[in-house]
Amino acid sequence: MGIPVTSQMINILASLMLLIAFAMLSQRRIISLINLFAWQGAVLVASTLIVAGTTGQEHLFYSALITLVLKVILLPWILHRLIRRLNVKWDVETLINIPTTMLAGLLLVIVAFNLALPISEMASTVTRSTLGIAMACVLLSFLMMITRSKAVPQVIGFLSMENGLFFAATSATYGMPMVVELGIALDVLVGTLIFAIFFFQIRQTFDSLDLKHMEKLKE
Amino acid sequence: MSQAGPLPIGIILGVIVFWLGIALVGLAAQRRFRLVSQVLFPLGGAGALVLAGAAFAALGQAPASLVLPLGLPDLPFHLRLDALSAFFLVLLGGTSFAISIFSAGYFRQAEGTPPGLLCLQYHMFLASMAGVLLADDAYLFMVAWETMALSSYFLVTTNHRIPEIRWAGFLYLLIAHVGAIAILLCFGAMQGFQGDYTFAAMRQAHLSGFWASVTFLLALFGFGAKAGLLPVHVWLPEAHPAAPSPVSAMMSGVMLKTAVYGLLRVTFDLLDTQLWWWGVLALGLGLITALYGVMFAAVQADMKRLLAYSSVENIGIIVAGVGLAIVFRAYGMNTLSALAMTAALYHCLNHAFFKSLLFLATGHVLHATGERNLGKLGGLIHRMPWVAIIALVGTLAIASLPPLNGFVSEWLLLQAFLFSPDLPNPYLHMLIPSAAGALVLAAALAGYVMVKFYGVIFLGRPREDKLAQAHDAGNWEKAGLLWLAAGCLLLGIFPVYVIAQLDFVTVDLIGRALGDTAGKTGWLFLTPVAPERASYSPLLFLVVIAVGVGFTYWMVRMFYHGRLRRGDPWDCGYPAQTPRMQDTAEGFGQPIRQIFEPFFVIERELPTPFDGAPRYRMTTRDRLWHWVYLPVARLAERMTSLVAVLQQGRIHVYLMYSFGTLLLLLLFAR
Repeated sequence: MGIPVTSQMINILASLMLLIAFAMLSQRRIISLINLFAWQGAVLVASTLIVAGTTGQEHLFYSALITLVLKVILLPWILHRLIRRLNVKWDVETLINIPTTMLAGLLLVIVAFNLALPISEMASTVTRSTLGIAMACVLLSFLMMITRSKAVPQVIGFLSMENGLFFAATSATYGMPMVVELGIALDVLVGTLIFAIFFFQIRQTFDSLDLKHMEKLKE
Repeated sequence: MSQAGPLPIGIILGVIVFWLGIALVGLAAQRRFRLVSQVLFPLGGAGALVLAGAAFAALGQAPASLVLPLGLPDLPFHLRLDALSAFFLVLLGGTSFAISIFSAGYFRQAEGTPPGLLCLQYHMFLASMAGVLLADDAYLFMVAWETMALSSYFLVTTNHRIPEIRWAGFLYLLIAHVGAIAILLCFGAMQGFQGDYTFAAMRQAHLSGFWASVTFLLALFGFGAKAGLLPVHVWLPEAHPAAPSPVSAMMSGVMLKTAVYGLLRVTFDLLDTQLWWWGVLALGLGLITALYGVMFAAVQADMKRLLAYSSVENIGIIVAGVGLAIVFRAYGMNTLSALAMTAALYHCLNHAFFKSLLFLATGHVLHATGERNLGKLGGLIHRMPWVAIIALVGTLAIASLPPLNGFVSEWLLLQAFLFSPDLPNPYLHMLIPSAAGALVLAAALAGYVMVKFYGVIFLGRPREDKLAQAHDAGNWEKAGLLWLAAGCLLLGIFPVYVIAQLDFVTVDLIGRALGDTAGKTGWLFLTPVAPERASYSPLLFLVVIAVGVGFTYWMVRMFYHGRLRRGDPWDCGYPAQTPRMQDTAEGFGQPIRQIFEPFFVIERELPTPFDGAPRYRMTTRDRLWHWVYLPVARLAERMTSLVAVLQQGRIHVYLMYSFGTLLLLLLFAR
């Protein structure tokens, strides 16, 4: 048997991450988008737990816990509440149609794997093969931010980019130092709260959350 | 030289901290007008006097250094008090004492910035200027320099509700920053790629001719922008009229001198060689600036603009003196170099005194009458005899009439010019005497300008009815003005003593002193080089003038006693004459405008003979504005419009920029 079971499981979870990233890229409904984001967090928790169990890195358990609380429970809950309070039921509007976005996403995945190749050859971790996927997740989330015209999906793109970064960190070096992780977790939480306040302000000013209204802010 | 003592530098540092403390008290007590004006400003003035005293004591001592554990980690502030710093600190303290005292009676409530904030800005300005003079590393120098620019910017825009004043402030800030960039680059070139920005390291560094020249040119441009050399002088005539008068006095009298200080510090102290063409460049630029300034001063109708252009002229004369000192120094003629340098330093001191005096006097005229336009003043000598007589002292001094101080420095500078035939360069033989001619022309025109200034404001008959309500200066204002007038008189009468003090500076920078020759025949006669060549005794002048005037007065009283008759001034025997028929500022300046017409852009509105309500309007503007500034502004606008294409206003496009950058970096920089 070539590859140990844990590695295989991590690989499966990694491909799930990628799949969810693509699903988010193609998703038209905002509620589903938030749910997908929560699922992505759950996959992240599972993979972190497996890495932690395999390698005996104790602090990874804590970061898995933080991820669970923050990204699977708290942030989706805040976002759901936000959607209800803002009373936005519309579908996600994209600037570029979805098939084209998917094609661009495929290209990005190829680029990401290509970039990750030399790094994963050098790494000695059990998770090294997933680095390309983690990078692809980051780039796909970025692409989502670019192609969505409304503010809420952009924030979800931002948060899922953070998921990808976290995944990259666990796969490349068994996670970042605890202090850094705590700091990032807090940043994400505070960032979401600030974004929520901004949404209300933006809607109050422009009567809409469509970002094209903000074009007139330029000089 | 006596032994180095840490005492003067400690006292000066204490005064700086004291000023900062006053600034904070002013900030805390923003609305308490009486406290700010009657207590804080005089206290600041007392601090200035202490500073001047300590610096004066330090003149003859060996340089003292101090390292303050402030600033960035591993980058402490270095301070050093040597003769050059001490001289300029004396100038700062001596002038700002009078200005602070005057300010105590000058600032009014409900005029623009609240008095407490004004107090904060004013004392920050003072402290930062002292910081510039004490700095011994490029870091502290730039910090103090920028603080000075910013605090003076806020002082200039005290009446920020007026759009012209905001515009003037912006122009000032812009040119100050362009100059600051040049100074920063100058320090960068001078540290000789060692990475050590202390002045001590710069003194040690040996630069190649190319880098030394780059350094000098950057310094000339950067400090010239602050001093008001052509072509970066345009901010002066805008900022000085915009600022409150004590601020104009401080900027013109002291701040411009910090720029001269910087130029001297870089050229004579930090650079170890001087090339002769630097001196020719500075000399030429200085003379052109002097002529240009005085020409524009002659055609101004606003009294503060007139004084601002006169500052341009005086800075030109000072820089010409510095240039001459560089030329002599480059050819190894150190005694003559010391002579030119002494003249330039002396003129700095003189200009600080008489220009502050005149700005303060115009400030009082402005407060008493509400008019800056010369065409609406006149006859004020009857309403404010105190101010008029003190302003007369300043006017005579700036017109360089003996026995006042302006004459001494210009005479010394001319003496230095007369030695140029000794130079071993045939071109300079021919050029420098004509430069001396230009200097004399500038000095003569300055006299003309000052006759116009004084005559139109104080003499003749009042041109407006409201001038009858004008009042004389209050006690604080009188005290400040008196101090400056006394300074003008004493600096003029005891030149031998002043030069003995200036010698400490020239010995430090050039290695020669004038003291041995200048006072050879005793304290009465000033003999800069040799008694048989030229000598000047201001006291004798004073005595002769006093005796002559007294005798004439006595004779007139003797023979015309009892037959005294008062008539309207400049009546000329016409029976029906109104005050509007007097000679005006425009009329007085008209010959100059005719002679030097190509230099001005003149716009005139002449009324037709059939006009019921005729109005005559004339504006003269600077040609350099069209030749230099507008092309630069257009170029900058065109280049920024290229960059502005990037600013789409769409968040998606901005995200694309980051995304593209990220991908590029990932692809190419791995």
